[in-house]
Formats: sequence, C-alpha cells, structure tokens
Amino acid sequence: MTVLASKRLSSFSDLQRMREELLSLRVPSGRSIHVCIGPGCVAKGAPKLYDLFCAAVKQSQADVQVQAKAVGCHGLCASGPIVLVQPGDIFYQQVEEPDVAEIFRETVLGGRVVPRLLYQDPQTGKKFEAAEEIPFYKVQQRIVLSQNGRIDPTKITDYIAEGGYSALVKVLTPACAGASLPLRQQGMTPEEVIAEVEVAGLRGRGGGGFPTARKWRSCRQAEGAPKYVIGNGDEGDPGAFMDRAVMEGNPHSIIEGMLIGAYAIGSSQGYIYVRNEYPLSVERLKEAIEQAKQLGLVGQNVLGTSFSFDIRINRGGGAFVCGESTALMASLEGRTGEPRAKYVHTVESGLWGKPTNLNNVETWATVPHIINRGGKWFAGIGTEKSKGTKIFSLVGKIANSGLVEVPMGITLRRIIYEIGGGIRDGKKFKAVQTGGPSGGCIPAEHLDARVDYEELTKLGSMMGSGGLIVMDEDTCMVNVARYFTDFLLAESCGKCTPCREGLAQMRHILQGITKGDGQVGDIEKLNDLAEILSGTALCALGATAANPVLSTIRYFRDEYDAHILDRRCPAKECRGLFIYQIDAEACKGCGICLKNCPVDAITGERKSPHVIDQQKCTRCGTCWEKCPFTAVLKV
Amino acid sequence: MSQGSSLIEQIVDRYDRDVGMLIPMMQDLQAECGYLPGDGLRALAKRLDVPLTRLYAVATFYASFRLAPKGAHEVTLCMGTVCYLKGSPRISQAISNEFKVAPGGTTRDGLFTFQVVNCMGACAVAPVMVVDGKYYDGVSPASALEVLYELAANETVADKEAEP
Repeated sequence: MTVLASKRLSSFSDLQRMREELLSLRVPSGRSIHVCIGPGCVAKGAPKLYDLFCAAVKQSQADVQVQAKAVGCHGLCASGPIVLVQPGDIFYQQVEEPDVAEIFRETVLGGRVVPRLLYQDPQTGKKFEAAEEIPFYKVQQRIVLSQNGRIDPTKITDYIAEGGYSALVKVLTPACAGASLPLRQQGMTPEEVIAEVEVAGLRGRGGGGFPTARKWRSCRQAEGAPKYVIGNGDEGDPGAFMDRAVMEGNPHSIIEGMLIGAYAIGSSQGYIYVRNEYPLSVERLKEAIEQAKQLGLVGQNVLGTSFSFDIRINRGGGAFVCGESTALMASLEGRTGEPRAKYVHTVESGLWGKPTNLNNVETWATVPHIINRGGKWFAGIGTEKSKGTKIFSLVGKIANSGLVEVPMGITLRRIIYEIGGGIRDGKKFKAVQTGGPSGGCIPAEHLDARVDYEELTKLGSMMGSGGLIVMDEDTCMVNVARYFTDFLLAESCGKCTPCREGLAQMRHILQGITKGDGQVGDIEKLNDLAEILSGTALCALGATAANPVLSTIRYFRDEYDAHILDRRCPAKECRGLFIYQIDAEACKGCGICLKNCPVDAITGERKSPHVIDQQKCTRCGTCWEKCPFTAVLKV
Repeated sequence: MSQGSSLIEQIVDRYDRDVGMLIPMMQDLQAECGYLPGDGLRALAKRLDVPLTRLYAVATFYASFRLAPKGAHEVTLCMGTVCYLKGSPRISQAISNEFKVAPGGTTRDGLFTFQVVNCMGACAVAPVMVVDGKYYDGVSPASALEVLYELAANETVADKEAEP
C-alpha cells in the first residue's frame, strides 16, 4: 500500500515516502495554471476564473495533464486577477473571464504567449513574460512568501511535495531514524532549536520586534504547566494584509512553525487567534489543521514521536486592541479584550495564568525556513540588529500596490520607486506611513532611511506589522493625523484614563484645526497631551497612539500652521479651507455642474464658461466630482 | 423544550460547556439568528452560570456583535487607511444621504444593514465595498449607489413574483 493511500503518517520515513510519491506523480513537463486567490484578486473575480479554467481542463481532449490550481497571493495585487502558467512561469495580469479560453488555447495547449495580458512596466512600456523578470519581483527577496503563488493552500500534499514539514522532521527525529525513539535521542534538543533561532536573530514580526529566541527561552524556563503557544493573526492595522496573505496563501507554514516552537518551549496546546474580518483565513487554517491532524502531523504523537501538539482556532470579535498580547489572551478566555499592565510577563503568566508564548503568524511562518536553512543563513540577510526579510503591504497612492517581501535594511526609496513603481498618476510623493495607526509619517527627506526596527523608531515611526501607506501631494497630513486619532479613539478599550480621555481631547483639537477653527497654541497642547499619553498609558496601543500626531507635527508643521494661521489647507482636502473655481478655458459649458449643484451656486450659459458664486457655495464638491472635463479646480 | 433553548444546548455542547469559549458560542448564536437575541443571551448565561452582564459586556465590547436584527442584505464599506485616502468617506456620505441610514444602522425598509469597518485587507484594490460577501473593488460614490439600487430593484421584483 502506498503512503498516499494510508491515513496516517506514523514516522519520518512515511513523510519522506509520501513526498517522493507525490513528486513521482508530477508529470515532468507538467502544465499547470495557477490562479491567484489572494484578497485583491478575489475582490476582482478570481474565483470565477478558477472555475472556468477547471472547466476548460476538464473539457479539453488534449492528452497532456493540466492542473488548475487556486494559489495564494502573488503580491502584485493592483494588477489582479493574476494567472501564472507553467512551464515558463508566464505571468498574466488583469485577466478577465473572456481571456480564459484564449490563455488555455494559446498558452496552455499551444505554448504561445498572449502579449496583451503580459505585465507592462508603466515607466518604460516594456513587457515581461516571466514573473521573476518583472521589477516588482526582481528587487524582492521572497522567503516567507516563496511558496505563495505556487502551492494550493487547501492541499497539504502541495505543501509536503514542496518540502513542507521537513523542518519539523529535522527538529524531531534524526535523518533516518525510526519512529519510536524517546525525545532525548531526537534531531535537535529544544535548547538547540532555541539557539538556532537566536543565531538567526529573528525578531517579532508583529511590530514589537522582541527577540523571538529570548521569548521562547523565558517561556521554556518559566514554571507552571501546561504551557501555551499562540499565533497572533489579529491583523488589525488598517492598510496591512501580510498576515492575511500568509494565513490564506500558506497556512501550513504557520502550523509547522508553531509545532517547532511548541516543541522548543514544551507546550502541547496552541491557539491561533484570527481577525473577525478575515473569514477566509479562518476557513483555510481550519482546513489545514484538519488535514494535518488526519496525517498525524498535529495531535497526539506527532509523526509517531512522543511529542504531541494540538491547535485550536479562535475568531476575534472585531476589536483592534486584541492585537495586544494581554488583551488577546483575555479575549481567548472569553472576556472583553482589555489589556493589563505587564509587571508580570505573559511568558510567565499569560493565558489562564499559565506560561504563554505569543508570536505573530508571520514570525511563526519564518521559523521553518530558519530551521531548514540554518540560523547563520538567515542572519546573513538584513542589518546588524534587524535580520532576515520582512513582508510589507505597499499600498496607497502608489503605482504597483501589493505585498512585497524585502531584506531588512533596504531603503524606503527602493521599495517605493523600484518595487512600487513610484507615485500614481505622476503626482508628487509626500509621505509614507509605516507601523499602522500608531506609526508615523516619514517625509521625502528621509526616504533613504533603511528599513530596520531601530531606524524607523528614530524617525518617530515604527516597524509595526508592515503596512507601508504611500501618500501623495493631495493628502492633508493634519487630516491623516485626525483619521488615525479617530481610529485609535474608537478602538481604545477605555480602561485607562490617558488613552480614553487624552485621545478624545486630541481628536477634538485636530477636528477643530481641519474645520478651520484651529487656535494658536493648539500644537503645543497636542504635544503636551501626547507626552502624557506616551508616558502613562497602560498598553502599547495608548503608549504609541500619539505617534501619528507627533510625526506629522515634526515633519509637516507648515501644514498645521497653514490651517491654523491662514485658514488654508495646502493639500486642498479639508472642506471649507479651500474653494472651488471653474477654469474658464477648460470649461465647455456642458451644464452638468449647474444641474447637479445642490444650492444653485453655479451660473452660465450653455457652451460658455460657467461661474461659481462663492457666497452661495457650500464647498460640497459635487461639481468637482461630476465635471467630465476636470474644469473645476480646487484653489 | 422550545426550539430556542435547544439551540443554546447545542451551542454549549459544541464547546463542552467551556466558559472560555464564550465568544465562539456567541458568534455561533449570532450566525444562527443574525443577531444576539435577548432570550438567547439570557439562556446562554444561565446555562453557563455566568452573570448576564458579562455576556452583555462582551456583546458591546466587540464590534462584530449586534443586538438588533439586521436587514435583508449586508453592506460593508471599508474605512481602512487606504480606502479612506482613496475616498471612502465620500462613499459613506453618499450611501447615508441616499438611503437615510447611518453607519451601523439598517434602512427603514429593512433592505440592508450598513456597516463600516476598519480594513478588510484588500487595500490594493481600494476603496472596497462588500455586499452579502461579494467584493466590489475600486468603488466610487456613484458605482456604490448603483450596486445598492440594484439590490433594491431585485428586492421589488422578488416581492412582485412572490405575490400570487
């Protein structure tokens, strides 16, 4: 009987045999179609494309084996839906339903490229056939995302065929040993695993940047049992979807990482806490855990060893603060997600008062790579204190938005211009916001700063979980600060006064400024409130909540002054702090603005330039939105 | 035993009556009923032997719980940073004005419940609106309203067809 047909893998050699069998089933010239089902592509209709390709494969009479695969996020989300055809790694973008037949006939069966669907560099106009030639991918160094776009996240066999769970095997059993060795004769001792992660210099990818090995060791040495490990997938930062892409694109990498961590720490129960807004992540992880359990990779006696580990999925309730470790644990206990002061660390007393090790899911997904390729290899990438690669979600007013994985130490400029292709619509760069809502805005003069935990903190921002939100000249930085303050105020749990009341006051002041009611002295008040907040708040949410305000004051003081002193919004975003005017030369006198104006402030004869009566105008912007000739200007 | 209390029994059994699984239990209850009915919460509190106030605290703390029934359709607009920068406040305004519904509320005719959320992780194709699980990318005030008008139109057709 083959291993594939058997239900459970009871030894390392079973897993090895399964991998060999899976590989032997692959046709050498295997043709396959990979349809991306990452969040961006799904929003653009990728599931329908996948169904159509499956139908085409089924119908085709060709005597070649073709596989249609739904795969995880490729990263270049703005150009979705993305379809990759093998052999040749041919990369098609913005594929629509009618294109399916053509791709299948020309490329899959005929081996010819459809130039129309290839990626075109917006600057040079050059077209690229293979994915790796595209500048967006060329500058990247994909480790955690390396299997995204290649494996089907719903099939554990895909992960195993690509070498999945080999790191677990390396940790648990020596290369060719049998099944039932006692723990002490196994491949790596827990201390050796921790030492390897320490050599790698891995730091928490959720934003804190705490050395992972040190956390594991503290938890391992802490007294008390049982011990718990938690995967934090409560990706709350707006503008960030790295964790979502890993959970949905390669869920087994997280499970394998947690298995290794649990072994090192001495835990037999794990939890993955997934954000409520990500129902597909929950589904994928549940499916993955179920498949791993069936094969004996999760559960009692993993791969026939004496190591046992179970994982449970918990769905969040929709509270940003639950990304904070103590709040998350409170939520796992079925309580409201309020953080507590960390006089006692969670590694000593966390979930249910037991030693608990919490890491972000991206951190967990990095672990198998470190075990497989060695801590030294990982430490060879990055800067002195920030090692390895980091996934960022590069979004906002940028040409190529999507997920990017880059070595630590790369400059912001390279990410934005070489990978991101610069600012959209030929606009001017103003700032990049890193670190989520409690991060900061970094201006153009610091674009050559290196992406590194310490460097970003020095600039008044932080690494955070990895959102990179690019803002152009049309973005008002005071309004950005107000937006984030609004967000944090709404998400503040209300437990401690500086956060609950301080943020409300800051929001009040910022709202005044954006409405044109700003007073001299407001900025000083904001600074004072920020200082109290960061010095006295109970948890990281409150302590960093002033960052957006402080960083915008630090780098864009002139915009605050323009609002307060001149009652003018330089970015022309704050309603009432600029006016609408009609450009007489561009106006064709079509009458659309006149018809749509809710207060009849626009006058003019047909086919001659119209005029806005500034006395009547309420600055609602309807004319600006409706004008087909962009003749309405903000001044 | 009434149908309501047997549902609570089922949900509680699903999690071995583990109070730690209160949030998943409430999520299941909401999935079944569309919201958290008062009776259900009282029954759940009694069954788990915890004060009702604790359930109420949880229900009001987490954004995903609702204590009132929702409309026939669910409309969710993303207000995450990128969607915000790309104009979702104007979309929210347009929907509120046109259908007389504030974020978090349900239209008077029960056509849809309108929610705004802070990021759905589809930032690359912002602004994003989700209607009954279907994603609409790159929406504008006009295109968002168009989708909602279609909902209203389909609903009227369905009503007419239902009439004998």
